[in-house]
Amino acid sequence: MSSFSVTEPSARSKWFAGSLVILYALITMVPLAWIMLTGFKSPADAISYPPKVIFDPTLEGYVNLFTTRTRQTDEFLAANPPQTWYEEIVRQYDMVIAGPSKFGERFLNSVIIGFGSTFLSVFLGTLAAYAFSRFRIPLADDLLFFILSTRMMPPIAVAIPIFLMYRELGLSDTHLGMILLYTAVNISLAVWLLKSFIDGIPTEYEEAALIDGYTRFQAFYKVVLPQAATGIASTAIFCLIFAWNEYAFAVLLTSGTAQTAPPFIPTIIGVGGLDWPAVAAGATIFLLPVMIFTVALRKHLLRGITFGAVRK
Amino acid sequence: MTQAPMTRAAEATPPTVARKIRGLSDRAIAWIFVGPTIFLLLAINIFPLIWTINLSFTNYRANRPNREVDYVGLRNYERILTDSDIWLNMQATAHFLFWTILLQVLIGFTLAYLINKKFKGNDLWTTIIVLPMMLSPAVVGNFWKFLYQPQIGLFNYIVAFFTGRDPSSFEMLGQVNLAPWSIVIVDTWMWTPFVMLICLAGLRSIPDYIYEAAEIDRASKWRQFWTITVPMVMPFLMLAVLFRGIENFKMFDLVVQLTGGGPGSTTELTSINLKREAFEKWRTGYASAYAIILFVTVFGLASIYVKALNKVKER
Repeated sequence: MSSFSVTEPSARSKWFAGSLVILYALITMVPLAWIMLTGFKSPADAISYPPKVIFDPTLEGYVNLFTTRTRQTDEFLAANPPQTWYEEIVRQYDMVIAGPSKFGERFLNSVIIGFGSTFLSVFLGTLAAYAFSRFRIPLADDLLFFILSTRMMPPIAVAIPIFLMYRELGLSDTHLGMILLYTAVNISLAVWLLKSFIDGIPTEYEEAALIDGYTRFQAFYKVVLPQAATGIASTAIFCLIFAWNEYAFAVLLTSGTAQTAPPFIPTIIGVGGLDWPAVAAGATIFLLPVMIFTVALRKHLLRGITFGAVRK
Repeated sequence: MTQAPMTRAAEATPPTVARKIRGLSDRAIAWIFVGPTIFLLLAINIFPLIWTINLSFTNYRANRPNREVDYVGLRNYERILTDSDIWLNMQATAHFLFWTILLQVLIGFTLAYLINKKFKGNDLWTTIIVLPMMLSPAVVGNFWKFLYQPQIGLFNYIVAFFTGRDPSSFEMLGQVNLAPWSIVIVDTWMWTPFVMLICLAGLRSIPDYIYEAAEIDRASKWRQFWTITVPMVMPFLMLAVLFRGIENFKMFDLVVQLTGGGPGSTTELTSINLKREAFEKWRTGYASAYAIILFVTVFGLASIYVKALNKVKER
């Protein structure tokens, strides 16, 4: 390699590019940082003008997120001194904790439906992707396009007949119903993405295994699956994030038992309107896992968001 | 060595026959593997689609399941296509699509171009920039609503700080002239990284020797940019636009949380309008026809676009 390269940018242009990108990154982080800060504010600080950057942090928002509270008489409050730190926080407003809020349940629903549908779509997707990658299937391209095209329908358009169908089958507002629905939505991503990963695995290994006396099925799960592990893991994270974030189906097809967190968080009401610190706390708890997953996924992000169309 | 004769026997048998003896044929396995996926999609996508088509010719109302259902022919379609309110929704959607895509392409490409200068730590900053697009649009819409509050919101405060206006003098979500831009801003904040990532892949796919050759030919940097960089990134950029176009045509969650379609119906995108017809007014038959029209529109536009994309790729 020569020491001079025409394609290597000069130090000055690197510095210039770097500062602009960092500036953009910092600006783009402001809303996220703000919502996380708001989670640690008291309701009064959250709606103060001018907006407060420095404030006394409190866990009030988090306490309000996980509990329901009722007002009590002075006698009752005097007779029952607060036992825990979170009761003490609530006492400032002459209230006591009446019980847990629905947030825990909704969050758990998100976890169950997210993992359930991810498992199913990756399982089915891996099988289908392997078949599309390795076997000559009649009309394979048309089938693949058909699988992708199911993603083009607006969710509300799909929701109309699904709503009627689930009502007939008794699947409305059930975990199973939501898992099946999210699986059907995610399967297009799973098949396309996994196909792109499996296409990248040389066929020689399987052929060697087949010659060694493995059946096709053994070759699939003893040779191909281990090599596709990274691809399967990142596909799973993408499916999980989609199911985790989904709102339109959740808000239309669930109301209680199977409702996930996204339709629930915006409805957290405090005394006298929306309880912004509690909403912010809920958003923070809900968004943090996705941020962590995004960092873990960064090498495969591009492939994931383009359904495997762009690989680098 | 007990394996040696077996291996020899296996090698002597033609592979296809051998596989048949050992287990299922490849063809059987292929169908067993693909079958469940196709079945699931037929049950949860295609069957409902056919049902929707069927409903679109009726006056069915889902909140009155016992009422007699009449077939009304093409009347639903006629009413939708001649309804001026729906054309307003289409215009709102077009405004949203045009500006989000334009801004995201401009900012996304610029960012990718800058990141491709390979300054120190560019990976870290890329990862940070990418974060918003992975978040739940409904939750994002909800907390941007907080930022847009006229008196207490951070957005208003910052705009007021730089322009000297009173932060309670304008309402991003409440004013007819500002609300369409409020959703454009949030969508651009959220999805610019998507376009950026795809452009970055395009820029990184350009081999160095092309620039080196251009340098030998004494082509100016400006000329190199327009004759090498832009055409080679174009297929990637067009792919990004396709994805964003389809996604934003379906846009629902973010905007419903932010503005709920208001004020009036200034930000009532087609999806939100469809939701009102189907799940608030319960005009199921009418909404089904609407859904079919939307689906055909996306599908048609996407197909034309993909043809154009393939032409650009061939060049």
